[in-house]
Amino acid sequence: MSRIAACFQALKAQGKTALIPYVTAGDPHPSITVPLMHQMVEAGASIIELGVPFSDPMADGPTIQLAHERSLVHNTSLANILAMVSEFRQTNQTTPVVLMGYLNPIEIMGYEAFAKAAQEAGVDGVLTVDLPPEEGKSVLPLFKAHGLDPIFLVAPTTPAHRMQAIAEAASGFVYYVSLKGVTGANTLDTTEVAARLQQMREYTQLPLGVGFGIKDAATAKAIGQVADAVVVGSALIKQVETTPNDHTAIIKNISGLLASMRSALDA
Amino acid sequence: MKFSEFNWNAMPDVTGHFGAYGGRFIAETLMEPIYQLEQAYSSLKNDPAFQAEFDRDLKHYVGRPSPLYFAERLTRELGGAKIFLKREDLNHTGAHKINNTIGQAILAKHMGKTRIIAETGAGQHGVASATIAARLGLECVVYMGAEDVKRQAPNVFRMKLLGATVVPVHSGSKTLKDALNEAMRDWVTNVDNTFYIIGTVAGPHPYPAMVRDFQSVIGREARQQILEQDGCLPDALVACVGGGSNAIGLFHPFLADESVAIYGVEAAGSGISTGKHAAPLTAGKSGVLHGNRTYLMEDANGQIIETHSISAGLDYPGVGPEHSWLKDLGRAQYVAVTDAQAMEGFHTLTRKEGIIPALESSHAMAYVMELAPTLAKNQSIIMCLSGRGDKDINTIARLEGITL
Repeated sequence: MSRIAACFQALKAQGKTALIPYVTAGDPHPSITVPLMHQMVEAGASIIELGVPFSDPMADGPTIQLAHERSLVHNTSLANILAMVSEFRQTNQTTPVVLMGYLNPIEIMGYEAFAKAAQEAGVDGVLTVDLPPEEGKSVLPLFKAHGLDPIFLVAPTTPAHRMQAIAEAASGFVYYVSLKGVTGANTLDTTEVAARLQQMREYTQLPLGVGFGIKDAATAKAIGQVADAVVVGSALIKQVETTPNDHTAIIKNISGLLASMRSALDA
Repeated sequence: MKFSEFNWNAMPDVTGHFGAYGGRFIAETLMEPIYQLEQAYSSLKNDPAFQAEFDRDLKHYVGRPSPLYFAERLTRELGGAKIFLKREDLNHTGAHKINNTIGQAILAKHMGKTRIIAETGAGQHGVASATIAARLGLECVVYMGAEDVKRQAPNVFRMKLLGATVVPVHSGSKTLKDALNEAMRDWVTNVDNTFYIIGTVAGPHPYPAMVRDFQSVIGREARQQILEQDGCLPDALVACVGGGSNAIGLFHPFLADESVAIYGVEAAGSGISTGKHAAPLTAGKSGVLHGNRTYLMEDANGQIIETHSISAGLDYPGVGPEHSWLKDLGRAQYVAVTDAQAMEGFHTLTRKEGIIPALESSHAMAYVMELAPTLAKNQSIIMCLSGRGDKDINTIARLEGITL
């Protein structure tokens, strides 16, 4: 069983919702990422989404754009990030790690080479924002062959027939984007989200995560009541912006926010 | 493959690919809107009423057909092939960009969209979008790199006069690619009421095909005009390539004419060897950006690198996927000229023919100056004079140390 499947199975047995933090690898410095990952696990993270920075993050709002820029100042590469995952795996064999980013850094590394290296490093899933199932016909089987779950987004604009196609291409979990727009945007309609998840369940048995617009314990709790997983990104990264030069404070503040979400979800 | 027998109109294929290039590499939120756009466009493009409306606007609003002008003095001075200029600079708003914005705006209206967004580099596409939005009473927001806002001030003011909101983009390199990123972010957020008018033959399918179709009027007219004026097909076509819309517009109707050599001219900036250029076809490699797979300027890690060109309209790290395909097929050749050569092209055309070209088109001119003397006097070249240079006079003055 994959680490992601095992993770969801264990949470289900405990009646818990998965909490999935997103941080951009190498933000604000490559040296912070591995300690931050461990600390997030301590604070209650179930799965870690590690952002692979890209020069042109078209689907991201200003907060994550800046995170990518801060990371790229240090030339953080996909290879560097795989090394971070390997290091994380030296002491953590259970928490799944999903890489989230854009296609080009993977394309340049080469799909076969990437899939192999990612598997060796201990990566569990890959979410490529700009690779819809239509364009992934040759790539996705390679990922699966190397034990990498392809994670896909489902959007408010996704019609039923696409939900089905995505469900067929996906494994691990499916990530519902709770609003139209870029990451870090504001409003969230829980009733609407619940209705869409209901619709999505007609096509898949996979766990359903929800992200975009979750910024505190209250929104996490509200979404946690209808979803199997809650994804939080921009709200965590804002903690980097507050004290960009103080790594201890960044780790403390991010884990603090996560812990408050974890308690709200578990309450 | 035999170029004369290939059905060039059958590309891209049904999934929007030109061989390995093109496609739809976009976020899920935009997939369904992109399919809706493709459907709307494919049902309208063969609709006689839509074509009639497009043709009527091109004739009476843009002023088409644009002349094919035999540049006699320039031809004599260069001492080789006859040089014909396809005068897109004489279009309403001063460049070829309006051909495409009219087509897409009619489509937007048919789709019931009330808001138009656009990205712009030199500002010509922004002006053309603002123009058509004013005429159709649509809200218009134009994204423009902060760097370009500075170097293309007259066009920024024109857009504002036309009622558009110009949003300077401060992220990344603050040029065209960043404006495109920001326009995509707007589109993903406001997709219900908004139509994104992409200004070049790049982006997710169907944009590269749709923009090419609208711009192909350039080549169709030029082909007919040269047969009337010169009695035979040209020996060569030359056009500048940023995203490549004026180039594909000129090239496409000639692709099956095997005897016609095709040259796309990229911006070599300070020189290809300096790395400070905007010539992905000449010095880049394949990758995925802005919704399509194409030649890109990128580093070993797949990050897009900053480009440099004197011309804002060519200052882009990618290129339309059809150009990437034509390059690999060998149907078109892509060359690059430096900022300095483009300046020479600019002054030459201005002084020899009394035509002030845009800095983008000056790149094509510079290559014509190399090519023409190598051809015989009975041969001919058509160059796409894609835009007029009024917008660039501040840049030229600054580069030459002149205070206006």
